[in-house]
Amino acid sequence: MQQPSCPPPPSRPAAAAALLVLADGRFPAGGHAHSGGAEAAVRAGRITGPDSLEDFCRGRLHTAGLVAAALAAAACAGLDPVELDAAADVRTPSPALRATARRLGRQLMRAARAVWPAPELAALAAARPRGAHQPVVLGAAARAAGLTPHDAALAAGYETVSGPATAVVRLLGLDPFRATAVLARLGGELDEVAGRAVAAAGRAATGGTGELPAASAPLLEITAEAHAAWPTRLFAS
Amino acid sequence: MTGAAAPAAVPAGLSASARVAAGPGGTLPVLAGDGPLALRRTRAAGPYAQVTLVGAMSAPLGGDRLRLAAEARPGAALRITSAAAMVALPGRGGGAARFDTELTVRQGGELRWLPEPLISARGSELVTHARIDLAADARLVFREEQVLGRSGEEGGRLTSRITVRWAGRTVLDQELSTGPGAPGWDGGAVLGGHRAVGQLLVVDPAAYGEGGRPAEPRPLGGTAALLPLAGAPAVLVTALAPDALALRRLLDTVTP
Repeated sequence: MQQPSCPPPPSRPAAAAALLVLADGRFPAGGHAHSGGAEAAVRAGRITGPDSLEDFCRGRLHTAGLVAAALAAAACAGLDPVELDAAADVRTPSPALRATARRLGRQLMRAARAVWPAPELAALAAARPRGAHQPVVLGAAARAAGLTPHDAALAAGYETVSGPATAVVRLLGLDPFRATAVLARLGGELDEVAGRAVAAAGRAATGGTGELPAASAPLLEITAEAHAAWPTRLFAS
Repeated sequence: MTGAAAPAAVPAGLSASARVAAGPGGTLPVLAGDGPLALRRTRAAGPYAQVTLVGAMSAPLGGDRLRLAAEARPGAALRITSAAAMVALPGRGGGAARFDTELTVRQGGELRWLPEPLISARGSELVTHARIDLAADARLVFREEQVLGRSGEEGGRLTSRITVRWAGRTVLDQELSTGPGAPGWDGGAVLGGHRAVGQLLVVDPAAYGEGGRPAEPRPLGGTAALLPLAGAPAVLVTALAPDALALRRLLDTVTP
C-alpha cells in the first residue's frame, strides 16, 4: 500500500512483531485511564451488559474508530502529520475529546520516541509540544517501527473498541470473558474498517485531507463534555 | 412507466436545482428553482431578504438529484426557511437520492439557514452534503434537524455530511449515518434510541472572535452540548431528542 506521492518510511525492518508491541494494552501510553465514553454510557444506562456493550463498540468503531484508523494509516503512509492533526481537530467538535486526544497523543509520543527513536517523531513532537491527536501519533509511531498503513489502521481501530470493553469490566463488573468475546465478534468489522481507512488514506495522499472519513457519533461528543465535569470518576474520559 | 415490457427502463429519478443570491439592501438578484426546490420570496422582519423553500412536490425520492446553492453577497443578509418538512421517500429503483447544498457568505454578509426538519421515511435512502464557505467576517446561523421515520415508523437510511470552510480553511467536517445498514447507529455511542438529531452552527466573529468572548463548552441537559470549534469563531450545538418537537424546543433555547 505504497503512496507514490509520500516519502518512503525511514526504515523497513521485518516488523510484524512491532504491531504486537504497539497494540498491547500494556504499552505505557496511558490508554488504560480512559474508557472511550463507556463510563458516561454506563452511568446513563446505555451500556448494561454484553449486548449493549457490543452495540456501543460497533457504533464507536464505525465512527470515531474509522476516522482514527484513517488518520493513523495516513500518518504511517507519510502524509504531513501537522495537516492530519488539523484534520483531526475539524472532525472533533467536542473540546473535551480534543483535549483527551492530545493528552493521549503526548503520552504515546513519549513512549514511542523511547521505543522507536526517529527524526520524524521528534519533528512532530516539536511541532505539537502539547500533543498531537493520538491517532496521528500512533500512525507516526507505526511508521517509525517499520509497520504498514494497514497495521496502523488496525491498531487505531482496535483501540477504539478495546478501551471501552476493558473499562466496562471494571465499571459493571462484567465477566471479562464476555467482554473479550465482544471484541472477537467485532473482528471482521475491524478488518473492514481498516481496509476502508487505508483506501481513504490513499485518496488523501493525492486529494488532500478532505478525502478522509468524517463519521461522527453524537452521543460520544455530547456526553464527553458532561463527563469531563464530573467531580469524581473512575476514568479520565 | 407502466409497460411490463421495459425491464431495463429504471427511472433514474429527477434532477432539480435552485439558486438564490442576496445583495445588500434586501435585494435578490438571483432566485431560481422549480419542482421540489421551488423558492418564493417571503416577508421578513429586519434587514433580511427572506426566501422560503415551498417544495412543490414530495421529494427526494430514491434516485433524485437535488442541488441548492445560496449566496449572501458582500454586505447582504439572507434568511432561508421552508414551508414544510422535507420527507425522504423510497424511490422506484434508482438507488439513493442526493441532496447537495452549497452555502456561501461573502465579506460582511450574513446567512440564517432555518429550514423545517428532514424526515427519513421507512425504506428511503438519502445522502446529503452541506458545503458552507464563509468569509472571515461572515455571520452564519445554520440549523439542521433530522427525524428518523414518520410517526410510529422506522426510519430509512440517511447519511448527512456538513463541511464548513471559514477564512479559506476547513473548520468542521462531520458525517452522520443512521438507519438500516449503518453499523451501530442506534447504540449508546451514536443515537442511543433517540429519533431526532439536530445541529445548530453559529459563526459570529464579533461574538466569539478577537475582541469577543470565547465560548465555553457546556452540556445542555443530558442529550445536547454546546461545543466551541477549534480555530474558528464558531460554536456547534449537537442535540438528540425523542422527537422533532422536543428537538426544536432544545435548539430554540440556543438559537441567537
